[in-house]
Amino acid sequence: MNVTTNTRAQRMTFWEKLYLPEIAKGLALTFKTMFKPKLTRQYPEERWEPLGSYRGRPVLVLEEDGERCVACGLCSRVCPALAIEVQAGETEREKERYPVKFEINMLRCIYCGLCEEVCPEEAIVMSKDYDIVFHSQEEAIFGKDKLLVPIARLQERLEFLRQYK
Amino acid sequence: MSSLVLTLIKGAIALNVALVVAAALVYLERRISAWMQYRIGPNRVGPFGLLQPLADVLKLYTKEDIVPYNASKPFHRIAPIISIAVALSVLCVIAPASYLLLDDGTKLFIAVAPNVNVGLLFYLALSSIGVYGIVLAGWSSNNKYSLLGGLRSSAQMISYELAMGLAAVAAVMVSGSLDMNQIIASQSGGRWNLWFQPLGFLIFLVASFAETNRAPFDLPEAEPELVGGYHTEYSGMKFGLFYLAEYANMFTASAVMTTLYLGAYDMPFLPTLLGLQEGTLPRVLFELAVFVGKVSVLLFLFIWVRWTLPRFRYDQLMNLGWRVLLPLGLANIVITGAIVFFVR
Repeated sequence: MNVTTNTRAQRMTFWEKLYLPEIAKGLALTFKTMFKPKLTRQYPEERWEPLGSYRGRPVLVLEEDGERCVACGLCSRVCPALAIEVQAGETEREKERYPVKFEINMLRCIYCGLCEEVCPEEAIVMSKDYDIVFHSQEEAIFGKDKLLVPIARLQERLEFLRQYK
Repeated sequence: MSSLVLTLIKGAIALNVALVVAAALVYLERRISAWMQYRIGPNRVGPFGLLQPLADVLKLYTKEDIVPYNASKPFHRIAPIISIAVALSVLCVIAPASYLLLDDGTKLFIAVAPNVNVGLLFYLALSSIGVYGIVLAGWSSNNKYSLLGGLRSSAQMISYELAMGLAAVAAVMVSGSLDMNQIIASQSGGRWNLWFQPLGFLIFLVASFAETNRAPFDLPEAEPELVGGYHTEYSGMKFGLFYLAEYANMFTASAVMTTLYLGAYDMPFLPTLLGLQEGTLPRVLFELAVFVGKVSVLLFLFIWVRWTLPRFRYDQLMNLGWRVLLPLGLANIVITGAIVFFVR
């Protein structure tokens, strides 16, 4: 016969079986908790500043003399979600190639950071932006205007990559 | 004729008070639960988030009201109405203060229906009718989870109604009347039933938690097992009415417990110390404040317990109802009866 006895219940003392003292203990705990400091962050006013290791929205590095990207298309190739589209163009300047079109579909992006890892120029990096909002699918496709970020604002991430990549 | 008008006015006031209290309770519940979980709770709408209930109701009104295709529409519609109507109509036997002595010597009782000689029975009867709202909601939704919620609720309410009734019987034996005003009068001067009936109070309290479907007895709407229980298929303000009914039920249950065990508006020594004459306006206001204070303590207890204790398993619930509370209630009656018989 498959008989099991409720050993946990057997081990309970009389006062535990009575429930009431245990309930009182629980009530005391919750009452004490009411007056403890709160953990909530008041988000829009109080923002969290991520560390350099944070993988936020991918952006293109913009240097003083233009973008770093040479439109090799590696990021586009490696992207597991097929979120990146690059079209290369040529200029007369010393750095001949540049992206005519560079688009990331933020609905597709999974923030894996492979594009950053594969980039030979360290031109695409993960930023600290985490509140990415759009109202339509068209809006979700970020072009160069939104992707290019001055290098000064990405120092922390670049530092992190130099150290740990 | 004027007494009818007076009753209607008092009824309207009582209704509005109950609805405002229910709205305030929603806010308090969210705030207190947040505090108990190291959170802050709603603080965006209005000062300290005080307008949150208003925003909630506005949201519920503008939501689409979906009725399931195969639902029994008349019953689906009437169920929330029963719930809220029952919850609110109990209020008419509650006396939050004694009376106001008018210029022509008549007493203006503060309760909507003062001196009803079956006051307590009226409460017990109506609170049992409340189960119809829930059962009908569960059954008419044509949804198995709703139906299960409704069935659980009816079984639970019937089980705990017994214990509640037995506890009330003992209290009535001590007070010697079913009339709410007589019960209050018998407890005047600090001789509250709580001191004579601690066990009865405990049973009544636990049964009240079960009657109002509050945690740890909120089996009818156990989210993990039954989605939303009986109100799974409700949306918009129909759902809002169920929500409101829960809090209105909490309010009336607290008010009844205050009346039955905590001496209602009675506060020993203080009125005479302050020199408040019976029947004057300051005295009535003082009594109202005392009543509100006592009810608030109980309401806080309701919320406090909900955010402390986990939900009972169904068999544990039935065990507690039938094998613990019922025998205890009976024993309480026997002991109380013996004491009342030999002492008086």
